[in-house]
Amino acid sequence: MSTGTTEVMTGNEAAAAAVKLARVQVVAAYPITPQSPVVEQLSAWVESGELPAEFVTVESEHSALTVCITASTVGARVFTATSANGLAYMTEQVWWAAGARLPIVMCIANRAMAAPWNVLNDQQDSMSVRDAGWVQLYCRDNQEILDTTLQAYRIAERLNVPVMVCYDGFLLSHTVMPVSVPSVGDADAFLPKRPEPLQIVDVNDPRNIGPVVIADPRADASGQSCHGYMEIRALHQQALLAALEVVPEVDAEYAAVVGRGWGGLTWEYLLEDAELVLVAAGSLGTQATVAVETLRAQGVQAGVLGIRCYRPFPAAALRERLVGRKGVLVFDKALSYGYEGPICADLRAALSGEPDAPTVWGAVCGLGGRDVSPDHLVDAARRALADGHAGTRHRPTDWINLRLDG
Amino acid sequence: MPTKILDLPVTERVLSGNRACAGCGIGIGLRAITKALDGRMVMTVPASCLTVLGGMYPISSVDVPWVNVAFPSTAAAASGLAAGLRAMGKADEMTVLAMAGDGGTGDIGIQALSGAAERNDDFIYLCYDNEAYMNTGTQRSGLTPAGARTTTTWSGKRENPKDMPRIMEAHGIPYVASTSAVYPTDVYDKVAKARTIHGLRYVHMNVPCPSGWGFDPKDTVRLGKMAVDAGLVVLYEVEDGVFRLTGRSAALAKSGKRTPVADYIATQGRFRGMPDGSVDEVQAWVDARWDGYVRRDTAGR
Amino acid sequence: MGTRECGSPIAMSRPSVGEAGLTGDWRNSRPVMDAAKCLAAKSGKVTCQLCWAYCPDACITQGAGPAIDLTYCKGCGICAEECPAGAIAMVPEAEHGTCEIDAAAEVAR
Ligand SMILES: Cc1ncc(C[n+]2csc(CCOP(=O)(O)OP(=O)(O)O)c2C)c(N)n1
Ligand code: SF4
Ligand code: SF4
Ligand code: SF4
Ligand SMILES: [Mg+2]
Repeated sequence: MSTGTTEVMTGNEAAAAAVKLARVQVVAAYPITPQSPVVEQLSAWVESGELPAEFVTVESEHSALTVCITASTVGARVFTATSANGLAYMTEQVWWAAGARLPIVMCIANRAMAAPWNVLNDQQDSMSVRDAGWVQLYCRDNQEILDTTLQAYRIAERLNVPVMVCYDGFLLSHTVMPVSVPSVGDADAFLPKRPEPLQIVDVNDPRNIGPVVIADPRADASGQSCHGYMEIRALHQQALLAALEVVPEVDAEYAAVVGRGWGGLTWEYLLEDAELVLVAAGSLGTQATVAVETLRAQGVQAGVLGIRCYRPFPAAALRERLVGRKGVLVFDKALSYGYEGPICADLRAALSGEPDAPTVWGAVCGLGGRDVSPDHLVDAARRALADGHAGTRHRPTDWINLRLDG
Repeated sequence: MPTKILDLPVTERVLSGNRACAGCGIGIGLRAITKALDGRMVMTVPASCLTVLGGMYPISSVDVPWVNVAFPSTAAAASGLAAGLRAMGKADEMTVLAMAGDGGTGDIGIQALSGAAERNDDFIYLCYDNEAYMNTGTQRSGLTPAGARTTTTWSGKRENPKDMPRIMEAHGIPYVASTSAVYPTDVYDKVAKARTIHGLRYVHMNVPCPSGWGFDPKDTVRLGKMAVDAGLVVLYEVEDGVFRLTGRSAALAKSGKRTPVADYIATQGRFRGMPDGSVDEVQAWVDARWDGYVRRDTAGR
Repeated sequence: MGTRECGSPIAMSRPSVGEAGLTGDWRNSRPVMDAAKCLAAKSGKVTCQLCWAYCPDACITQGAGPAIDLTYCKGCGICAEECPAGAIAMVPEAEHGTCEIDAAAEVAR
């Protein structure tokens, strides 16, 4: 461990700093608020020579991720970043990148989805592509953004799956905080060069990468039975599930070199004796830590369980920490319209059938940048407790700080 | 000196027993393209008939590196290959060839292509134009000719096709060419020349499609040549802004012996029932375009 | 035998002839060359070769008298149509009985 520097920087700057430390070779991105400063910073470093990389000034997000896909196919370490409509616009390629098993890292400065237009924070954008086969990590603060982006390359390249590093737009992307930047030596010690890609692009060994794959296995010219579509998908799922081991391992490796870890899949605050557990992802988790202090002062034994890794979903880790508690209140900054918050729904499924499972309450908050303070979370916790005492088993999702009726 | 048939390299990189229809013009063109690049290439291909020709996993029908990509993304995929190969120090090992159909080029892929052309990224983009969305069952594209019946223009398309090479020329790229798969030596020479140039090089290759156009597969080459003789398909190149008719089109400009569009139209099922008035309109459109080509050719000399 | 042994978790094909099987099966008519008419065969030199250049399926090998690979020839008839000497005739397959295929190519199936 050698000393790096401590600098005051925004979340976007922290992401860019990590990209530079990761010695990324190809960057392609398209501006969108609140991600734009990442692109601008990287472009400046590439122009000045500080970052010896190819910067492709694409005409859209669809092309940004496409450039990453093919550059990664020939072995380059690549980076892109986007938000909201940009992510939605590249969705076809989000699936392609994962299905093609490419170790791409993409930062998402989380922003609300239009319509109507809104550039402020919630997590609807990345939550909407949770099923596409990427690892999704959510950050609490700017230090975690830097550290997680570096870790993301290690995770991606060990598993050959892409990783999304998600951080809250404006709340983190544009807010300055002191961030400790690892030395180049430490970064290099932690993150070696990218291993050989799975893909072979070689004129002396020509291959056809990503062709049509039929439903059933099919023999090659030598008679070897090769995967059907489902076998390829099953291997992809196995790689993602392996991330449940690899994400904490990589966090530990990082801590060993840099001296800082983030808990791997989940993190916790005052959880030990908590009867009521507040669950959240991203900077909302930090708000929850303040809320539980207030609740404790009011005599409620509350704690926080933060989700760092949302995909793969750490079901076992959550069960282990939550079974036996009285109640769990999940705060989502996104909604599966027509149902409930995505984390809440997943958590219910993870706990279902456990004999001593806690009651799970869902709340949605902060959509389109709507203010959500620790006090709002405390109020929501009190409502959940009251519902619990009243014996309510099912209730609609609690919309926090909603002012439809005053 | 234009290459002659007997000068074409014999090594075949399009393999027999592939999945393309009998008589498909793509095979003729792709054989010439891979010969011109001597196999030292990586091609990137979107959803299209070409994907089908390329073969289903785990067997490839083409003996060159090939990267499949999503339908709208061919040009960006080529930009990424070029950037990635440069970053890996492998740019000199192979030419990047983006190859897409008319739909993948002129419709859904035009945005990425325009972006790559404006950046003058370093690859050859080859549009093989079979004049409709063939892979999905012969629907119209922006490059389908007026009068052609498709499964989305049941009574014949009303609009003339967009002029992709001209659109690409407007980007100021170093090389633009128009050719036809049924003139393999013309294809070969243009791709071979493109290979020696850096920046974005655009080659538009007409490809007769027996299944989609409604003609006997034996006539692929004959009808492809008729289209050139009628001036519907024009062989030319624009190198650093200088326009030049090539091969058969240059000969036609000299002889002045273009054939009537109506003769060509009469050969294919897709034009059946096309009203005489519409044929005349297409003829007038072709005549005006042809005069423009000849003028530019004369000016370039 | 499972597919795990194919060695890669991604779809990445290797080149081989016959991806679509023995496409000679698709044929309705077969090209039959008359060496007495073929310009190359008559001259004993590798000349003309238009049939070779135009075959979309690379089924013709150059030669003084080019050779046609009937295992994969789809019977499109382009070679016959384009031969300047009329040296190739398309003969309906029925007249030949069943289509002969190269047994060695079976592995490609
Ligand atoms: C985003 C998207 N939209 C639609 C399709 C369906 N699709 C696949 S190929 C194709 C048409 C291809 O036409 P063209 O590019 O002309 O190639 P051709 O098949 O004619 O050779 C379409 C519409 C797709 N794969 N992706
Ligand atoms: S539909 Fe036309 S272009 Fe497509 S493979 Fe068949 S003949 Fe070729
Ligand atoms: S095209 Fe005809 S004449 Fe020419 S080589 Fe072939 S068979 Fe012989
Ligand atoms: S051109 Fe057609 S008929 Fe002639 S050999 Fe080739 S596939 Fe067979
Ligand atoms: Mg087409």
